[in-house]
Amino acid sequence: MRIAGKGLTDPSVPVGFRFDGRDYVGQAGDTLASALLANGVKLVGRSFKYHRPRGVLTAGSEEPNALVEVLEEGGQRTPNVRATVQELYPGLAARSQNRFPTLGFDLLALNDLAAPLLGAGFYYKTFMWPRHFWEGLYEPLIRRAAGLGSLSRQHDAAAYEKAYAFCDLLVIGAGPAGLVAALEAGRAGADVILADEDARMGGRLLSETLVLEGRPGMEWVTSVLAELESLPNVRLMPRTTVTGAYDHGTYGALERVGLHLAPRPYLPRECFWRIVAKQAILAAGALERPVAFENNDRPGIMLASAVRSYLNRYGVAPGRRVTVFTNNEEARRTARDLMAAGVPVAAIIDARPHASAVEDCPVYTGATVINTRGRKGLSHITVRHGGGEALIETDCLAISGGWNPTLHLTCHRNGRPLWNEALAAFVPAPGAVPGLEPAGAAAGIMSTAACLASGQRAARGALEALGRKPAAIRLPAAEDAPYVIQALWQVPHAPGLWRRAWLDFANDVTVKDVKLAAQENFVSVEHMKRYTTQGMAPDQGKNSNVAALAVLADATGRSVAETGVTTFRPPYTPVSIAAMGAGGRGTGFAPQRFLTSHTASVERGAPMIEAGLWYRAGYFPRPGEADWRTACDREVRMVRERAGVCDVSTLGKIDIQGADAGRFLDFVYANTFSTLPVGRVRYGLMLRDDGHVMDDGTAARLADGHFVMTTTTAAAGQVMRHLDFVQQAFCADWDLRLMSVTEAWAQFAVAGPRARALLASVLDAPPDLPFMGCAPVLVHGVKGRLFRISFSGEEGYEIAVPARYGEALFRDLLARAEVLGGGPYGMEALNVLRIEKGFLTHAELHGRTTAFDLGLGRMISAGKDCIGKAASQRPGLTGPEREQLVGLRPQTEAPLTAGAHLFVPGEEVGRAQDQGYTTSVCYSPTLGSWLALGFLKNGRARQGEVIRVVDHLRAVDVLCEVCDPVFYDREGEKLRA
Amino acid sequence: MPKLIAKTPLSGLWPVTHRDLSLSEVALDRITSVAPFRGQEKALAKALKPLGLAFLAPNSFAEKAGVRLVWTGRDQAFLINAVLETPAAALTDQSDGWACLRLEGAGAADVLMRLYPLDLRAQVFAPGQAARAGLNHMASVLMRTETAFELLVFRSMARTAWAEIAEAMQHVAARRAL
Repeated sequence: MRIAGKGLTDPSVPVGFRFDGRDYVGQAGDTLASALLANGVKLVGRSFKYHRPRGVLTAGSEEPNALVEVLEEGGQRTPNVRATVQELYPGLAARSQNRFPTLGFDLLALNDLAAPLLGAGFYYKTFMWPRHFWEGLYEPLIRRAAGLGSLSRQHDAAAYEKAYAFCDLLVIGAGPAGLVAALEAGRAGADVILADEDARMGGRLLSETLVLEGRPGMEWVTSVLAELESLPNVRLMPRTTVTGAYDHGTYGALERVGLHLAPRPYLPRECFWRIVAKQAILAAGALERPVAFENNDRPGIMLASAVRSYLNRYGVAPGRRVTVFTNNEEARRTARDLMAAGVPVAAIIDARPHASAVEDCPVYTGATVINTRGRKGLSHITVRHGGGEALIETDCLAISGGWNPTLHLTCHRNGRPLWNEALAAFVPAPGAVPGLEPAGAAAGIMSTAACLASGQRAARGALEALGRKPAAIRLPAAEDAPYVIQALWQVPHAPGLWRRAWLDFANDVTVKDVKLAAQENFVSVEHMKRYTTQGMAPDQGKNSNVAALAVLADATGRSVAETGVTTFRPPYTPVSIAAMGAGGRGTGFAPQRFLTSHTASVERGAPMIEAGLWYRAGYFPRPGEADWRTACDREVRMVRERAGVCDVSTLGKIDIQGADAGRFLDFVYANTFSTLPVGRVRYGLMLRDDGHVMDDGTAARLADGHFVMTTTTAAAGQVMRHLDFVQQAFCADWDLRLMSVTEAWAQFAVAGPRARALLASVLDAPPDLPFMGCAPVLVHGVKGRLFRISFSGEEGYEIAVPARYGEALFRDLLARAEVLGGGPYGMEALNVLRIEKGFLTHAELHGRTTAFDLGLGRMISAGKDCIGKAASQRPGLTGPEREQLVGLRPQTEAPLTAGAHLFVPGEEVGRAQDQGYTTSVCYSPTLGSWLALGFLKNGRARQGEVIRVVDHLRAVDVLCEVCDPVFYDREGEKLRA
Repeated sequence: MPKLIAKTPLSGLWPVTHRDLSLSEVALDRITSVAPFRGQEKALAKALKPLGLAFLAPNSFAEKAGVRLVWTGRDQAFLINAVLETPAAALTDQSDGWACLRLEGAGAADVLMRLYPLDLRAQVFAPGQAARAGLNHMASVLMRTETAFELLVFRSMARTAWAEIAEAMQHVAARRAL
């Protein structure tokens, strides 16, 4: 029910929206919750477990009941949206959740009748047998019955963003304390960020009828905000919840960028901020808490502060005849504000026996609400007072059990809050988060005047730490009433199977559940929490934590201080994964590295394979080729018989210069490079310092003090890092410079019997290189490099040009190769060619193999030391017990798989009998057979034996002959041709 | 004799503009990494002198007559758009290894502070400053000139960098349109 002339919403801007299929009209400035209340909608949700009808409890982000699904076009939806936070926008469509078939008639409300069975620990005790039923039957059933909103099962394709911000002072919360702090620091010239989770800044001043400096509080808020906006050094961040406090003054924050608007292109829904602040002030205010009494969860029962918010900020009376139940003085404002607005107040029920009875409505002192009526909306309450019991007709009960300072962020670095008996609340421990100072109600300071002063004090402290002079703003005069409270956590009710008093509305945890936990010896607050699930719902116990542990304290005969509090962890309010992972969907997950030949390869229909971050052509299909194998077999034969071109630019290339370059290579490679003549290339093996093989590659000597090293694609980054480390840690005084040039050169393998003819047509002079030679060349007049190296076993070259010419050279080479009967080949053929030749990749250099295992033990030079040499000589890293590289050829035509295990034929096939495994397999069109490389115990001595290859996962069981890993051209005649 | 056609890392992409905010590719003719050999700092300084440049302090760059020297790491700098020949330093041609992107206009720092975990506000990251820092998941060299941000990324990743900056620009522009 809207009250004319009240509130900060704009009646001149009606906003149409839908809830549960019905159309309503609200006003600009409304939240979904205030608009629903204005339309008389009290029932907005069903509870988590018992499916009890629920209404709006709060007016803030701590809302436990009014969770809805916001519906978007195309079937997309966002579940568990707090109606108290969701701002109204034209066309907003929402629906209630966790009910079937409708909110008004929910079949699962049967759970409420079964409540005596469903207490805490029910599932653990009940669904024990038979054991295997849990996963298949019980859990799915329970999950369906209990729950929150549902997912759309679509990808969230909307825009989200992540961003960084930096400031001198971060002020968290823009209530009276936060505004003063921001103004004091802003005027002093500090870089200030003022963040508030609300759409509108002002905190409680928006919701109260307080007077500042003789004027309505809102006027003061407006003038302060206007000044802050005018200061270039102050940044206002509304709709931004600071969700976590982390090391070194870093704070996480979630901004609702576009959630208050109809979706529009490119506007992010949310932004996840990382704010680095030299100083911070926590002025997050306090959260009012309910009192537990029987049936305290009916729609129409609200926090007193929320009733004031709806009345004063949104101009909505949440009831026609309101009652107030309080244990403190402040909540009486609710009744006064309502009466002043013309809303009848049936009674104030004040639990304090000696409180004043002077109000313009009936007051019961020393009284409590003991029960309520009205299933889908409150109709009556029963009050117990000194003179007996009274039944009062009311459709809205405003409750206040006092206030809990919003101190969560002060606990994010393991600080524990301190119990304050006078406030009946926990307050932040001093210095809990370095550089974060609580102020105002968040620090347990409750009057407006004291909050203003506290904000200023905190700002001055921060300014001093920043080395700045205070601005000495003048504070407005404000109320300074003492906070008078008498702790009241629960109103005991008579025992009874269906009688319950709620603590945690969101997870349906009652006083009874907490007492049961204590009775069953879950007496630690952390155990109680997990046994009852109190505080584990989306509101994370903001409404229930302190009351629940007070009940636990009572049940276990301890004080609240002794009982302690559960740990508050980030995030303060829920943060969508979409915001934290903004930009990371699909290809945004990692950079894409494209070769200069990419476009030309894609034009030829080549499917691209991801190799690390690189995209490489798998094969180049020709018309009529049915599958990849046909194309691959053709490409292999093409290289063996004619000429093939393959982009190998992904190989790591490292420029090494300096007088000590050769000495350095001797140190990092197992074999010797200092003796390599200029113009020659050598194969090298690099060990890790634990003696296992890190990588293999080549190094070419371009000049006396100038080498270029080539690494594998997979280990390019690792080797560069390793070399940098070795240089800095062990060779800091050597004359040596390292530089990655991987990206600078486009490099193509040209291989096959006609490779030389092909190259001759692009080079200014015919290539005249011995095997493992290198030389500078001119490629169509462009300065390039030519290496005679081969990864295919054929006469092979690698030709490198500056990357800007890569695409042009690739296209030119292909055109020329095709004239010679050749063409491009992809990763598949490259792999087959190297397996035929017994060349290694990281399938074999997988980190657990030694040079000995690979048959390269003699490459570890005896005449010098190198990284990993000593470690490689440790016992157990050489000898017949090692699994050694072998080739395997099946005795039939059956295919082989990589990852299969090796067993002795006739012996049992079991883990204990494992003889080794396969690492790489292919079908060799050259040899007309499947081939495998693998590691076999004492393999080199077992050539000629027959071994059984078993792949349990893919049902492969093949007998193979153990042979030399080089299947093709063992003497290397073709290489050297 | 056929001629090989040179292509820039971002060839085929048109500048992205949102009002006065614009992203474009800068074609750099030549980049040479310069790393002084042991004990050769003085000799290198002498070799740089004709260019009007001196070896740099970390996180900075200097420019003279269109020639730029930017700090890129320990004992390492990139010389942009000039030829240097000296035995005093390891010189490595990096002309084709890096793509250069320019982002200019109001809000450029806001865009980049969505991808760089750096404080790029003008009073902190002023013209003449440089940083070797991660652009989201990519290695990069970031420079602020009097009028723009210029950044170098690996050639192979240039299209990802372009797409990510363009996306951040869209977000910033959409926010401003509110």
